[in-house]
Order: sequence, then C-alpha cells, then structure tokens
Amino acid sequence: MSSIYRIRGVRDLPREELFAPGHGLCAGCTAGTVIRHLLKISGRNTIVVNATNCVEVSTTMYPYTSWRVPWIHVAFENAAAVASGIETALRVMARKGLIDPNKRINIVVLAGDGGTYDIGLQALSGMLERGHRVMYVLYDNEAYMNTGIQRSGSTPLHAWTTTTPVGKVLRGKMQPKKPIAEIVAAHRIPYVATANIAYPIDMDQKFLKGLQVEGPSFIHVLQPCPTGWRFDPRYGIEVGRLAVETAMWINWEITMGDFKVTVRVPKRKHVKHYLRIQGRFRDLSEEEIEEIQELINKEVERINRMAGEEVIGPLAE
Amino acid sequence: METKLESRVRQTRVILNSNYAAAYAVRDADVDVISAYPITPQTGVVEKLSEMIAEGELDAEMIHVESEHSALSAIIGASAVGARVFTATSSQGLEYMHEVLHIASGMRLPLVMAIATRALSAPISIWNDYSDLMNVRDTSWITFIASTAQEVYDSIIEAYMVSEDPRILLPSIVAYDGFWMSHTYEPLYIPEDRKTVLEMLPRRPRYTLDPDNPITMGSIVNPDWYYEIKYQQVEAMKEAYRVIREADAKIEENLGRVYKPVESYLAEDSEILVLTYGGIYGTLQTAVDLLRSEGLKVGALRLRLWRPFPARDLKTLVEDAKTLIVVDRAISYGASIEGPVALETIAALYREGLYPTIASFIAGIGGRPVSEDDFRDMVKKALELGERALKIGSIHWGVRGAEYE
Ligand SMILES: Cc1ncc(C[n+]2csc(CCOP(=O)(O)OP(=O)(O)O)c2C)c(N)n1
Ligand code: SF4
Ligand SMILES: [Mg+2]
Repeated sequence: MSSIYRIRGVRDLPREELFAPGHGLCAGCTAGTVIRHLLKISGRNTIVVNATNCVEVSTTMYPYTSWRVPWIHVAFENAAAVASGIETALRVMARKGLIDPNKRINIVVLAGDGGTYDIGLQALSGMLERGHRVMYVLYDNEAYMNTGIQRSGSTPLHAWTTTTPVGKVLRGKMQPKKPIAEIVAAHRIPYVATANIAYPIDMDQKFLKGLQVEGPSFIHVLQPCPTGWRFDPRYGIEVGRLAVETAMWINWEITMGDFKVTVRVPKRKHVKHYLRIQGRFRDLSEEEIEEIQELINKEVERINRMAGEEVIGPLAE
Repeated sequence: METKLESRVRQTRVILNSNYAAAYAVRDADVDVISAYPITPQTGVVEKLSEMIAEGELDAEMIHVESEHSALSAIIGASAVGARVFTATSSQGLEYMHEVLHIASGMRLPLVMAIATRALSAPISIWNDYSDLMNVRDTSWITFIASTAQEVYDSIIEAYMVSEDPRILLPSIVAYDGFWMSHTYEPLYIPEDRKTVLEMLPRRPRYTLDPDNPITMGSIVNPDWYYEIKYQQVEAMKEAYRVIREADAKIEENLGRVYKPVESYLAEDSEILVLTYGGIYGTLQTAVDLLRSEGLKVGALRLRLWRPFPARDLKTLVEDAKTLIVVDRAISYGASIEGPVALETIAALYREGLYPTIASFIAGIGGRPVSEDDFRDMVKKALELGERALKIGSIHWGVRGAEYE
C-alpha cells in the first residue's frame, strides 16, 4: 500500500516520480498523465501488468524503460490472467515462507479499451469472478490507437476511425459505446469507478480506494488521445473536461454495490462543444449531432434515476 | 529405460495412469501455482492435483481459469514473481495456448506442462495422435515424449531440473499418449520421502518482479536487438541437451532409472531399425521379437527427446543399419515427407553424413490402434519398396483409400 491515506488536493500527492520521463508517447498524450498519477498513489510496492497497447510500446523500448516499479507485458488479451497468476503466486509464496508475508504488494493491470472491451473481456471476467486482489485500470482512448486508430467496442457513435470512415453510406461507427464499467460492475466486485484525467483528484481518490479493497477493483479512465481524436495536443485536459461538462462522460463509483456520482454537473453543455474540437467528429451533420445529444439525454435520465436525485442537471447551453 | 534394482532413494511401488503419475511428480516437486482448463484426455492430471491440494498433500493453489490461453498466461505471471508452476492440456487446448507458448519461452520462464496428446479438430476426435504436439514444435519448449507412466513421473521432475537451470531457463513439455497412457494403469516407483525429490530441485534465484529491485519484463525490441535476444534462445536450446544429460545422470544416481535421448532395443546388430515415439514403443518391441524369430535383424528406437533434437545419438544408433523406418503419429500436410519426425530424422542424418534407406510411415491417427502385426507388416512393406519408399513420401498406414504399389 502507498504511504498516502487521504487525498484532498495535489499537495497530498508524493513528489516522487515512478514514471520516468523520456518515453515515446505522442506529445500531449494523456495516458502519461494517468500513469504518473497512478504510480504516485500506488507507490513503489507495485507490480504493473501492461497489456499490449500504446503505453506498452511507448514506455519500454529496449534497452530503456520508463518504469521504476516492476513491470511485465505478456500479450494483448491476457493481462487479467497474468495478474491473477501474480496475485496467487505472491499469496502462496508468502504462506510457504518463500517471500516476506508482511509486505502488501499492489497488483495493477494497465490495459487499453481494445484490450478490455474486446479481446481481453474473457480473461477480465475470469479474474473478476475468481476475486483476485488486482486493480484493473482501463485507459480508454476509444479506439485501437497502437495499430493506427481502428474502431473498438468503446468507440462512440459516429466517430471516425480508419475502419469506420465517414462516407455516403456509413457514417463513422454505427453503434454506440459499450457500457463496460457496468458490465464489470455486474460481476459484483467490491469497487468500480469511472474517472477522467481532467479531474485528477477525483481520479486519484478512486485509485486509492481501488487499491484498498480486498478483491478486484476496476477504474475506467477516459483518456483523450490527440492523435486519434484529431485535436491539438494542448487540449487534452480541455477535451476531458468538456466530456464531463456535456455528460458525454460521467464520473461515478460503485462501492460494495452503492452507486454514487462523484462529479456533479449542475448545468450541462450541449454535446456539440465536445464534438467540435475533435477532428474525428468533423463530418457529422446537425442531425447526427442531435442523435448523439439524444443518447446523452437518455443516459442522464437513467443516471439520475440510479442516483435517486438530479446529479446531472439540464441542458443549458 | 532400464531400472537398477538398487537406488539411493527408498521408493514405493504404486499403480497409476500417466495422468496421475504427472500429478504425483508435480506434488513431489512442491509446485506453488497450477492453472489449467479441462480437456479430455488431460483432465485426470488436474483432478488429481485438485484432490491433493484439497487434502493438504500439496501446498499450492489452483487457478480455475476460463480458458487455456489464460491458464498459460496465469502461470507466466506466477513464474515471473518466482513461483514454481505447472499446467497440463491436450489438443484444442494446446492450440488455444499457441500464442502464449512462444511468449513463455521468449520470456525465459521455467514453466512445465504435461500434454496428454490427442488428435486435432476437425473432425473432432478425443482419441490419440501427436498432431497437437507436433504443431508446437517451433515454440522453443524443451520437449520430452514419455512411453510409460514411470517415465512421465521421472520426466516431470527432470523437466523442472532442466528448465530451472540458470544456463537454460526455457519451459518444458512432457508429452505422452492420450488414453493409451493417460488412462492406462501401470506399476511405477516413486520416492517414499518427497524430500529426496526436493534435494534434486533446489529453489534457485533468477530475475523476478520484485518491488525492491524493479525490472521490466516483456519490453518491445527493435531490429537492433531482437535477433540477438532470439539467438540466445537458440543457444539455450542447444545447451539444454547437455543439461538434460546431467539431469539424466542425477535421475539415475538418485532413482536408479537410466534414460537416454534416444532409447533402443536390440539396435546394436540390427540391419533394420524402426524409430517411433510414445506409448507404442512397447508394441514395437514385441514386433521386433516377432521379426527376429522370423530371422530378420530388426531393432527398435524411441525418440524420448524431441526438442532439442538428439541428432548425434540418432547417428550413433543408426550408423550400422541399412534401413531406417520411421513411424510417425502426426501429419504435416503438404510436406515432402508428411511425417514430422521422419522429416527431422532425414535432416539430422544428412547433417551427420549418414544415408541409410529410409521409409516414412504414418500410423495411429485419430486413435486408430497400431498392433505388433502392423509394425511387422510396415517393416516388410519397407523392405519390399526399398529405395522407392521415400519417393512415395510418407506411407499412410492402414487408411482406406490410400494405395502404394
Ligand atoms: C492477439 C493480438 N491481436 C492483435 C494485436 C495487435 N494489436 C496490438 S495493440 C492493439 C491495439 C490496442 O488497442 P487498445 O487496447 O485500445 O490500446 P491503445 O493502443 O489504444 O492504447 C492491437 C490491435 C496483438 N498484439 N495481439
Ligand atoms: S496514439 Fe493517442 S494514446 Fe497512443 S500515444 Fe499517441 S496520443 Fe497517446
Ligand atoms: Mg485504445
């Protein structure tokens, strides 16, 4: 466990950087932001299991590494299974006296949306069902970025990707985003949360909670990707904030079955503000934008019903 | 295999099938983490191990994964933090693992896996052949093919000795015939006191994921480095031969059983040699007796070590023979010689400068029994065809619709 127990602001975060600079993530990539915060919370006693993705290829170009904690990558779809093995082994070896039984080591999976929604879903479900003490962090950039921006089960409705072009017949991705965090929550694990790099303290508190529970936890982080979403690298945090302000993304958590929205939005902005600053939505018609807005309105209604009060307010601008 | 009556270690006689023999070896090796997924005919191994864990005979944990892909991935994770690990599978399960097989060896982890060999779909068949094992030939796993339950037990112990050796650090497979061995009970000897096995398997330090000494495992490598890293694997696999021979010597010294990379029966004065692998070796030996009674100078060879391939041992044994008959139990579709071991044998003998008359047979596919008479008739067919045999490619034995003049 890390040495921190409570986070009210950035001053509570340790100065120590366990994610070394000099990695090869694109300029403005917010995945780096996720990792820096994650390691500040988890501290040195952490083993990271990284699925194949942008982060893996950008941070471990042999013979260099950006990781000051033990780190392992095995394949694309099996990070949850590898983590299950690590967690089990540490438990057995501690019991047999082969390693120090008093040291609590955090086991953290870092996987992209492709590695979670799609190819890694089976291994993830197995890990959750078996109840391993692993925190699974999904950094969601809404496409297969490492292979060059292809559609995943996470890509939102009408978003352009290289495999969902916007043409006369097909209009970007034709299906809405899959509700992965709720699929995970249906496994009834102790802690599930959604987070966003534009709300770092909220995100860090969730990392901390996830590491404290005795079973699996799942933190789903929206990770704006300048390269794949087609926006200026300086706007990563801005895009993340607009996602929350338009309720395209809602920060919530489920602790032992209790649902709570952690970032309330009294007045919502129209989704066009979020869509317009991203090239991947450039070609959308007014009707298509309204179609997305309609999806959000329905989702907000549903979330407010689940929360039992109006945590996300009406559309204001 | 020969057994010396005297061994350093006191042993008891037990009656086990090969699946259970594998489980007993895993128990005696004090394995920490096991992960496997059910598939016929391997299932007995994991069921027995589950029982042993439930009864407290083995202090380990079984990860009940949702697939073979995850089974191998989970023990990779466990091994990466320093645990001794095990898995077992067959056929479709092994195919499902395929991607991860290469990663396991590339990451230089000392995993051990038992394979009760089985035919591959389609059409689906639960019965034995070696198509599954032959498909993973190039994954850089050290591969033993056992022919008795005793050898399964000993080979699993040996596999840990070799895989965990700091000079090697490659994973190992111990394969045996599905059903013909996995479900057939045989007498064997196992040490009375597990400590004696553990003395042969000391826990040796290696690089692991340790927060006090962080390392990065499984990084991305560009063309500047990839080949050198893979070449180290080539060398480790070659070096494994010597380490296996050292381990054979330790097995002999402690357990009194003598193993060689290529086992032989009446080979010394033989003009005709028949090479095969797995459980049908016993049948082949009976066939050799039969043929000898008919006046033919025939001997039998069995490939115990498949990877690394024991080319020199084979050379020494084949040197004085005129005819070599290879009986395969898998098909390499479209190959010039469709029997994978025949193909490899021809390459090895060519390398060693030996050119006997060779015939390649494929038999026992999809669980079809191979009898003493089959072996006898194969030998006669090979003698009749002579040099022409190899021109045919591989002869598919006993299959309806295949004709060879
Ligand atoms: C079995 C397998 N299929 C395909 C790939 C190719 N591949 C590597 S990374 C990747 C995309 C990863 O996408 P995601 O998980 O969303 O992470 P991102 O790169 O977007 O951060 C793909 C398709 C692979 N490595 N393994
Ligand atoms: S493609 Fe996107 S997620 Fe990948 S490194 Fe670049 S900015 Fe980051
Ligand atoms: Mg992605």
